[in-house]
Amino acid sequence: MVETILNRTQMLGRATLDGFARLGRASLFLLEVLSNLGGMLKRPGLLIKQLFSVGVQTLIIIVVAGLFVGMVMALQSYYALVDFGAENSVSVMVVLSLLRELGPVITALLFAGRAGSALTAEIGLMKTTEQLSGMEMMAVNPIERIVAPRFLAGVIAMPLLAAIFSAVGVMGGYLVAVELLGLDAGAFWSQAQENVELIDDLGNGMIKSLVFGVVVSWIAVFEGYDCIPTSEGLGQATTRTVVYGSLAILVLDFVLTALMFGK
Amino acid sequence: MSETLVKIRGLTFSRGNNLIFDNVDMDIPRKGITAIMGPSGTGKTTLLKLIGGQLQPDSGSIEVDGQNIHQLKTRELYELRKRMGMLFQSGALLTDLSVFENVAYPIREHTRLSESMIRQLVLMKLNAVGLRGARDLEPAELSGGMSRRVSMARAIALDPMMIMYDEPFTGQDPISMGVLVKLIKSLNDALNFCSIVVSHDVRETMSIADYVYLISAGTVVEHGTPEAITNSESEWTRQFIKGLADGPVPFHVKATPLLDDLLTTAERKRG
Repeated sequence: MVETILNRTQMLGRATLDGFARLGRASLFLLEVLSNLGGMLKRPGLLIKQLFSVGVQTLIIIVVAGLFVGMVMALQSYYALVDFGAENSVSVMVVLSLLRELGPVITALLFAGRAGSALTAEIGLMKTTEQLSGMEMMAVNPIERIVAPRFLAGVIAMPLLAAIFSAVGVMGGYLVAVELLGLDAGAFWSQAQENVELIDDLGNGMIKSLVFGVVVSWIAVFEGYDCIPTSEGLGQATTRTVVYGSLAILVLDFVLTALMFGK
Repeated sequence: MSETLVKIRGLTFSRGNNLIFDNVDMDIPRKGITAIMGPSGTGKTTLLKLIGGQLQPDSGSIEVDGQNIHQLKTRELYELRKRMGMLFQSGALLTDLSVFENVAYPIREHTRLSESMIRQLVLMKLNAVGLRGARDLEPAELSGGMSRRVSMARAIALDPMMIMYDEPFTGQDPISMGVLVKLIKSLNDALNFCSIVVSHDVRETMSIADYVYLISAGTVVEHGTPEAITNSESEWTRQFIKGLADGPVPFHVKATPLLDDLLTTAERKRG
């Protein structure tokens, strides 16, 4: 009995220490990536290629998701507001929820699932097949050539994708509210224009998605670079990217919302 | 200029509680083929990674061309690595680049040569390994042996002072193996540099090596010319070289006597 308790305590202690060691490694890794951004920028082609891979290729899923989220938001807002005769405020609810919350958060969650997992798998497979070691032995720094462009592309792509998500979401909301439910188009746009602040709403949403971009890209490239170089290790690393990335987004969203919109 | 290119002194390295090298000394000459052989799991690949500065030893030193590789700054280490080629077991080709671009990669990274000059160099290197005709193929279209030959062409792209081969013959059919044996020998003769071959394929490695180190259980068991190793009195060496199933490395893993084991199991089940 005592032995079991001791073993459990020991396991808990070891897991905690391992967790902190990993966090330390991840932080040092991030510093190394940041210090190599300058060198990477001398070869803009690397960044452009990755922007296409993590940004453009994620666009379809973002557009489709944004459209339907906007449409659902409009429907739900209409059903809630029509009882109070406030259906003309549908656009305010749609636009504010998209800009402040849904745009950055859902984009980041989709990004972690689509682009984040792909980044981890790609870097992890390069490690497993010794391509990263091969580069090191060719006197080429894999952090600069492989990791840094992918990280920066993720950081740049996330706010742009979130902006596109929100814009398409608003269009979806317009389609439902004006074209389907017959609300006045002028009221839809003027209500939105009156109640949305550039800095407080749009700006804060963009800051959120920038923070999510840094965190999700950091987790994705670190998990790939740090994975155990076996097929099982690679699978686990990819799963961790999606799980840790999604949890980090949700926790950070709460923290950022509290900081930005708290009175 | 010293005759020794790689000088290893008192090398100790462990992974967790597992001691891989225990106070190992080695001298690898500047010219010729040096083979490092030993059973699987003895740390032969680890030794190459230590020589290349990819791993840090617990203690001891490794000097490459007179420079202590683990005391170099990153920039100095990368400068030295430009003169060290390495062939990985998997080939380690960059999968998003063609054969031509893979060989051109180190040249593009480290020189400012014109495109026409790069083309000439790459074609010459690929011709040396017999794969000039495969220059437009993708790595996924190559066999294991061809990948290693492309990797060889890439390793000699910058005319290094040494090349390290990690298990070059593993998993090859007889023809590919013959090609790789011939290539390692002919490249070494033509470029007159240092080749370090890590392998446990005794016959092929001994046929081209000028000097052999046998390592096992973290130490150098024996070293000498292939003839001296072949005629060694050591039982372990004889077992390894001739591939005998039983000897100092026993066939059976240490265990209690069979009868005791069987009876114990039966009693436990009955109980």
